[in-house]
Amino acid sequence: MPTETRASGQLERVYGLMAEFDQPEPLLEAARRARAEGYRNMDAYTPMPVEGLADAIGFRTSWVERLVFLGGVAGGTGGFMLCWWITVIAYPHIVAGRPLNSWPAYVPITFESMVLIACITAVVGMLALNGLPQPYHPVFNVAQFARASRDRFFLCIESTDPKFDLEATRTFLEQLQPREVTEVEP
Amino acid sequence: MQKDLPQYWRSLEELAQTAEFRAFVEDEFPNRTPDWNDAGSRRRFLTLMGASIALAGASACTVQPKEMIVPYVRQPEDYVPGKPLFYATSASWGGIATGLLVESHLGRPTKIEGNPQHPASLGATDATMQASVLTLYDPDRSQTVTQNGNISEWGVFVTALTAARDSAGARRGAGFRLLTGTVTSPTLAAQIQEFLTAFPGAKWHQYEPCGRHSARAGATAAFGQPLNTIYRFDRAAVIVSLDADFLCSSMPGSLRYARDYSARRRAAAVNPNAHPPRLYVAEGTPSITGGMAEHRLRMRTSEVAAFAAALAQELKAPSNGSSAAVRAIAKDLRAHPGESIVIAGEHQPPGVHVLAHAINQMLGNAGKTVLYTDSVEANPVDELASLTELVNEMRSGAVESLLMFGGNPVYDAPADLNFLAELKKITFRAHLGVYSNETAAWCHWHIPEAHYLETWSDARAYDGTASIVQPLIAPIYSGKTPHDLINVLMNRADRSSHDTVRDYWQRQHPAADFNDFWQISLHDGVIAGTTFTEKMPPAAKLSTPVASAASGLEIVFRPDPSIGDGALSNNAWLQEMPKPQNKMTWDNAVWISPKSAEHYGVTTGDVIEIAFQGRKVNGPVWILPGHADESLTVHLGYGRTRAGKVANGIGFNAYALRVSSAVWQGSGAAFTRKSGGYPFATTQHTQTMEERDPFRAATFAEYHQNPGFANPPDKHVSPETTLFPQWQYNHHKWGMAIDLTACIGCHACTIACQSENNIPVVGKTEVAKGRHMNWLRVDRYYQGSLDDPETLYQPVPCMHCENALCELVCPVAATVHSAEGLNEMVYNRCVGTRYCSNNCPYKVRRFNFFLYADWNTQSLFGVRNPDVSVRSRGVMEKCSYCVQRINGAKIEAEKQDRPLADGEIVTACQQACPAEAIVFGDLNDPNSRVAKLKRERRNYGLLEELNTRPRTTYLARLRNPNPDLDKG
Amino acid sequence: MNPEDQESSAVATLDPGPDKVIGPGHDYGSVTDEIGGVVFMPFLKTPRQLFTGFACAFVLVNLLMVAVTWLFVRGVGIWGIVIPVAWGFAIVNFVWWIGIGHAGTLISAILLLLKQDWRTSINRFSEAMTLFAVACAGMFPILHLGRPWLAYWLLPYPNTMWLWPQPRSPLIWDVFAVSTYATVSFIFWFTGLIPDFATMRDKAGNSLAQKIFGTLAMGWRGSAKHWARYQKAYLLLAGLSTPLVVSVHSVVSFDFAVAILPGWHTTIFPPYFVAGAIYSGFAMVLTLAIPVRRWYHLEDLITMRHIECMAKVMLGTGLIVAYGYAMEAFMAWYSGGIYERYAFVNRMWAGGYWWTYWVLILCNIAIPQLLWSRRVRMSVPAVFMIALVVNVGMWLERFVIVVTSLTRDFVPSSWGMYYPTIWDWSTYLGTIGVFLSLMFLFVRGLPAISIFEMREVVHHEAEPVHAHGD
Repeated sequence: MPTETRASGQLERVYGLMAEFDQPEPLLEAARRARAEGYRNMDAYTPMPVEGLADAIGFRTSWVERLVFLGGVAGGTGGFMLCWWITVIAYPHIVAGRPLNSWPAYVPITFESMVLIACITAVVGMLALNGLPQPYHPVFNVAQFARASRDRFFLCIESTDPKFDLEATRTFLEQLQPREVTEVEP
Repeated sequence: MQKDLPQYWRSLEELAQTAEFRAFVEDEFPNRTPDWNDAGSRRRFLTLMGASIALAGASACTVQPKEMIVPYVRQPEDYVPGKPLFYATSASWGGIATGLLVESHLGRPTKIEGNPQHPASLGATDATMQASVLTLYDPDRSQTVTQNGNISEWGVFVTALTAARDSAGARRGAGFRLLTGTVTSPTLAAQIQEFLTAFPGAKWHQYEPCGRHSARAGATAAFGQPLNTIYRFDRAAVIVSLDADFLCSSMPGSLRYARDYSARRRAAAVNPNAHPPRLYVAEGTPSITGGMAEHRLRMRTSEVAAFAAALAQELKAPSNGSSAAVRAIAKDLRAHPGESIVIAGEHQPPGVHVLAHAINQMLGNAGKTVLYTDSVEANPVDELASLTELVNEMRSGAVESLLMFGGNPVYDAPADLNFLAELKKITFRAHLGVYSNETAAWCHWHIPEAHYLETWSDARAYDGTASIVQPLIAPIYSGKTPHDLINVLMNRADRSSHDTVRDYWQRQHPAADFNDFWQISLHDGVIAGTTFTEKMPPAAKLSTPVASAASGLEIVFRPDPSIGDGALSNNAWLQEMPKPQNKMTWDNAVWISPKSAEHYGVTTGDVIEIAFQGRKVNGPVWILPGHADESLTVHLGYGRTRAGKVANGIGFNAYALRVSSAVWQGSGAAFTRKSGGYPFATTQHTQTMEERDPFRAATFAEYHQNPGFANPPDKHVSPETTLFPQWQYNHHKWGMAIDLTACIGCHACTIACQSENNIPVVGKTEVAKGRHMNWLRVDRYYQGSLDDPETLYQPVPCMHCENALCELVCPVAATVHSAEGLNEMVYNRCVGTRYCSNNCPYKVRRFNFFLYADWNTQSLFGVRNPDVSVRSRGVMEKCSYCVQRINGAKIEAEKQDRPLADGEIVTACQQACPAEAIVFGDLNDPNSRVAKLKRERRNYGLLEELNTRPRTTYLARLRNPNPDLDKG
Repeated sequence: MNPEDQESSAVATLDPGPDKVIGPGHDYGSVTDEIGGVVFMPFLKTPRQLFTGFACAFVLVNLLMVAVTWLFVRGVGIWGIVIPVAWGFAIVNFVWWIGIGHAGTLISAILLLLKQDWRTSINRFSEAMTLFAVACAGMFPILHLGRPWLAYWLLPYPNTMWLWPQPRSPLIWDVFAVSTYATVSFIFWFTGLIPDFATMRDKAGNSLAQKIFGTLAMGWRGSAKHWARYQKAYLLLAGLSTPLVVSVHSVVSFDFAVAILPGWHTTIFPPYFVAGAIYSGFAMVLTLAIPVRRWYHLEDLITMRHIECMAKVMLGTGLIVAYGYAMEAFMAWYSGGIYERYAFVNRMWAGGYWWTYWVLILCNIAIPQLLWSRRVRMSVPAVFMIALVVNVGMWLERFVIVVTSLTRDFVPSSWGMYYPTIWDWSTYLGTIGVFLSLMFLFVRGLPAISIFEMREVVHHEAEPVHAHGD
């Protein structure tokens, strides 16, 4: 929830404060410092993945791989059961003198369905966990943010952070020598 | 009634007597169809024909107006829709009859089968008979009476003909001529005689383009009378064929001969003590019989006479002068007095026949293996002379009116007679024919002739047995019969053929029980007690010694292996039937031996111009291994101009070279190469087995010593080799055995299959690509030297493998196994990946690359077997073991609550086979014929080493060569 | 929102030579502009070669339309296929295209796992190529059916007749393998594109482009958390695609290996087909990359290093393929099976197509050996020519396997020949047209090189260059 500040007397709601950097390394450094400072609700925005950044802002997840594993298992079993059910239950026929359940022949289909479902869960899961598609997000209100997809690196401390204080946080960010610090309209 | 005949088999008469039916006729017919009761007798005729036409409601193919479809309100007894009826009738080629059973669906004759009770058939048929049903529905048949090419009417013609007869009648018939083919029909003969007595000035001429001139002349020369010769191959241990193709040809009784000959071979395979026949064939043009020979003596056709003379000489007085072969054969013959046959070819000059008769008498075969009877022809004459006389009279202007019963002399008369030129001099020319052919084109009148399946008549078989020709359907194009025409001449225009025939036999059998006699005759298809009694002929007079072969290039004329003399050339099934000798379709070719081809610098596909006695014809060359050197064989029956859409303009017309002095062969031919690259359409490109052994053979002796020869260990696959347990087939287990010892390679099975299973015709270009559709192909392999190879025939249907490779790869389960082990093809499910064909090691699957089945020609719908679906484009098809017959029999058995008897299910190929080489049955029944055959040690499976477990297996071929001149 | 202060950095597009994967003087901005620039290049500025190229390709597309229409009207009989050769060009082309399709996923997935930096600037491009090749391949199994309108019967779907496909048939395996491969390749390609869509969105000059790319980007904002999950997912995709690539062509090879036909029934097929696929795939990547790199002056992003690496891969896989041929021949002799042996005699000299075998040996084995020489690998035209030759050779390989084996199998009486008709050729050329048209549209309309990955490359390059001072 956005907090109140008495800076200029009137109420003002912000999503957070955003610091803009030229290079990944300063951003990384800034993130570490912010975390050390005790900030928790923050996020970094970069034009390409930056190693260690997630750690730096204290983010860990392993949901993607779990989902993919489940997807793979489901796909594999599904594929095999489909073949088995077709040839043994639904449509049994004497084919080439083979037994109804000629399981060796079902291996390719089992494998392919496993890969298919696993891959789909990987991507769909990743997007879902990321909350995408997401048509609107406050960070886009920052004019410079357009370069987050080009050559600029941003650190955003969100106002939901218990330790967030417009002034204090701004001064803290200033110390990190960003190009500039901007308030993010909610 | 015989057990093996279907119970529901009835004569038309009997059927027509049913109350419902008579009521029906009274109600429905007379007023509604004025065009049918033009002659009062028609109604009578219809009562008899009712079962097949009226009730059939076969509006697709009868002259019935469409709106007159008969409601099945009251169903006459015996008439079950979907259940075929069988009728006995008989068909004649060259006048000689063969008894048939014809299957009729909804009143449409759909399938020809042999009449087991008829001596000339015993249930067998040849390709020609099988295909004849297609001719019935041929849209190109002549359909209306024409006068000078314009559509006319029967009534008008009757007036015209009567006028012509009257004008001749004023001069006691002088100038009035009848021209028929060979006539054996007692009724027709009697009618003609009656006419001739009424008009003594009139004359009756007979001519068959491929008739039995030589045999007739030979018999006359030998015995002073044209005796008829019958051979008993079941009694013959040694057979010498002097260019006689007695196994598969137009020779009367050849079906029966093939049956007897192979029966004896099969018996010897089982019983080591039985004496298998040993066949020597002296011939120039490779024939089916030559292919079966233990020793085929390749010589120019004109040298056969000399060979015969030498053999006769050697038999009279053994001398070291004669060749080794002659001596060995003579020795063999002498060793089997009374159980050998020397048979002269229909196409060999009379002298050879005389020699054959003499030798047979010398060996005491006459009366034992060679029987003599009166001629089966009603009025045996020298047909060449008869035709020549006619033409001479035409030239002199003595002929005023000519009435032709069938035939096509303008096309097939000897070229030197100039038949056409003389024909034009006649003022009244009428032609009765199934097709409006080359001759019809030059006649004032043409009358559509009724197909034999539309005709009431009678005819004699090779042994004199007479049978009634019973129609299956009313004349589709209101065709007429010769009987009708004579009736017109005798002022009995309103008299039906049926009455004429019936009355004749009533005269022969005046007893009170005639009705029963008539019905039994119709039912059985043979008239009891008409078989000729055997005669003991006088000693054969050896006429002047035959002249030795003239030098120079020899030309040999032969009826085409598939379409014969050309009368049937518009039959697409026959056109597409691969000719046994070279697997060629849709063409005739000039056959020449490899040596001669090399010598004259021609090769297969070169078009040459043959010059013979001042006449020239262009034809493509085919190099045929086993053909005599310095000799050309040309086949008659092609190069038609008015045969119909199918046959017009294909092949070349060999009749144009044929002269009355050289009807079958002549020397002094010459040829020059014109061009090359003529496109033939053959169904087999590789001629040898390429070091493989699809076809396995040995001599009887070898077999009895080493019975396992056909199953070498390296071909054996033990059941353990497969990972999976084998399926068990506990109820029925269908299987087929094909006896290569018996098979003669006549291709009757191929056409029988085509007729039974609605197999489409694809045409020359598609065949040339390799897209022919025959489910049952007959492979032909050569073995041995190129000049004189051994010819091996192997029928290949679907093997119905238990481990069917085709099934494994079908993505949609369109081909699967039935519980009885049939490899079934589900047309409706097939999407056409063609993977099954790729994976079929036997390549027996056929694919509809285009929409091959004819879905447009109305008249052809009639010939289709309603029990077999007509396949559409993009669908795979193949042999089904005639599953429709299997199920038919099973249902029948179930209804009567009894187990299926062995032999109750007969596949189309098995049924047609004259050699009984194909046997189908239940492998779970240890006493079934097929099970017994498969127990024989010479039984082997094609490509068994692939562990396909084929249900169709082969019995290795056994031969009985003469050790004295064994050339392997 | 398009910030005005974006100065497009002008970097000379020079090939940095064989040891660099990126030209000098590039920073995050410059790579973005250079790659993005291709997409936002004004229509008329499009290189002329691209117009001409597309025009020719489009003519072939129309040829395909005609051929397919006639095919549907008349039936597969318009092709040269017969009994015994019931499979002809359709299947040859199918296998050829699928093979080409393999390079993409291989480059993206396997090289990613192997951390090959040189894959970056060609993976997007080759993934697209994969998609289009698979699309072309996918057409043939449907077109070659006798009743193509029933193709859906190969899918397991509930129907009133309660009929199901027959999962023992390699063709059904194909259905699963190829459709899986197509789907996964697409996902892989699209996932890779998401961050670049974001870049395009933020770079777009007009609002339409912005809307389109904005929608495709799905609101991607480069959050560190997103990147974390994104990279996991991307890595997992790579991990799954690697066995998939191998499996797909193995399954395709089962179409033949499972059959009993001599020349098809061979256990070595799966590995040797996969190698062949990569071989032809890399050949095709080179065939396309070399001209595009030139037309768009991307020499500094697709450098000699890339070309040489791909040449080496071609050489390597080519040798595996050669081993495959050798083994086939050896087994034919060693098995002692008469049919097996004859299949080879037939291939090499007895049959009607003996010459195709020797041309294939020339194209796939002899000529590529030139790549041993560095000078050849360094010469762009030489590599281009060899790539073309390999494409031809690999097509011939499939022809020899499919057609020549079918012409003569077990029963000599049924041996035959196969003569392709004009319709066979039209269909083949037509799909080439489809493939090229799609490629041309792709390089014009989408970032043909992964921008964000190029930024990583820039980052990893020794010392990051600062575009503008601070």
